[in-house]
Amino acid sequence: MTIGRITINQDRCKGCTLCSTVCPQNVILMAENQLNAKGYHPALFVDPDGDCTGCAVCAIICPDVCITVYREAAKRTKAVREAVTI
Amino acid sequence: MDLVMAPPEMQVVYEHPRSLADVPTRYCPGCTHGIAHRLLAEAIDELGLQERAVLVAPVGCSVFAYEYFNVDACQAAHGRAPAMATGLKRMLPENIVITYQGDGDLVSIGAAEIMHAAARGEQITTIFINNAIYGMTGGQMAPTTLPGQKTTSSPLGRDTRRTGAPIRMSEVLAQFDGAAYIVRRSLHDVANIRKAKKAILTALKVQMAGLGFSMVELLSSCPTNWGIAPEKALDWIEQNMIPQFPPGDYKIHDAVKTL
Repeated sequence: MTIGRITINQDRCKGCTLCSTVCPQNVILMAENQLNAKGYHPALFVDPDGDCTGCAVCAIICPDVCITVYREAAKRTKAVREAVTI
Repeated sequence: MDLVMAPPEMQVVYEHPRSLADVPTRYCPGCTHGIAHRLLAEAIDELGLQERAVLVAPVGCSVFAYEYFNVDACQAAHGRAPAMATGLKRMLPENIVITYQGDGDLVSIGAAEIMHAAARGEQITTIFINNAIYGMTGGQMAPTTLPGQKTTSSPLGRDTRRTGAPIRMSEVLAQFDGAAYIVRRSLHDVANIRKAKKAILTALKVQMAGLGFSMVELLSSCPTNWGIAPEKALDWIEQNMIPQFPPGDYKIHDAVKTL
């Protein structure tokens, strides 16, 4: 179940790696074989199993404000929580 | 931008603040100036000050700060941001005047201006970025450089017998009666960044309430001139700068608790 998702502005990213070092779910990787327009290896959101919780620590530490964080709407999260407990 | 957009049932929980211009910055990768800019822009947004805020940019790496914020701004001579802010605030008292200064600007050439602004209790807010080095000019020794720290002008490490010990500006400014809110925070991890955001919000509220001079010192990194990787630079703040510059509240006006 996907709870969170982020988008990374690839052109603005300077490849400083701070987001990938703080991510508790390890769903942010640095693009080793890819360059952006500025010549940096940008950060990539790689989350095939839907592990991202939308905790936003990556966005809080990003010095270049590249990251937008989305989280599942509260209503649906509550419904899912009830379904799980029943 | 990623081509993959979030599904429509998802809420945005973190996005670009309105008061921060949507332009790339000239800061080096991993420089915490960007974090400080974002925190200040978020605080301006949350308090609804975008139309009232006037930013005074310094000389240093953040010399182009006026391009990075969607608020009115002007550029002061080196170290003179508090003097310019004093004039702005006295002539336009309804505005919220914020200076953004580095350690080379504020502690060295601008030491007199900041001290007298604090002593006079000017109703301005200063965001003080302390990274223990001169960033823009190529990594020379600053008054805040740590004992033994190697810089381009102290290649053998800072010798405190010849150049003295680091100046702790928050402790100095806390001595003045005119200072209402003087705190030091760090930007080396997420928990401390959240604390720094709260401190910036409080500092702006102090100015809105007219309690006196307010300053938030932020311990920042300079990966390029320290010569280490960005994440190592954050560790360096924690291990080396925090013992020398302990984060804390150095002056809190009694009325601040009621804000």
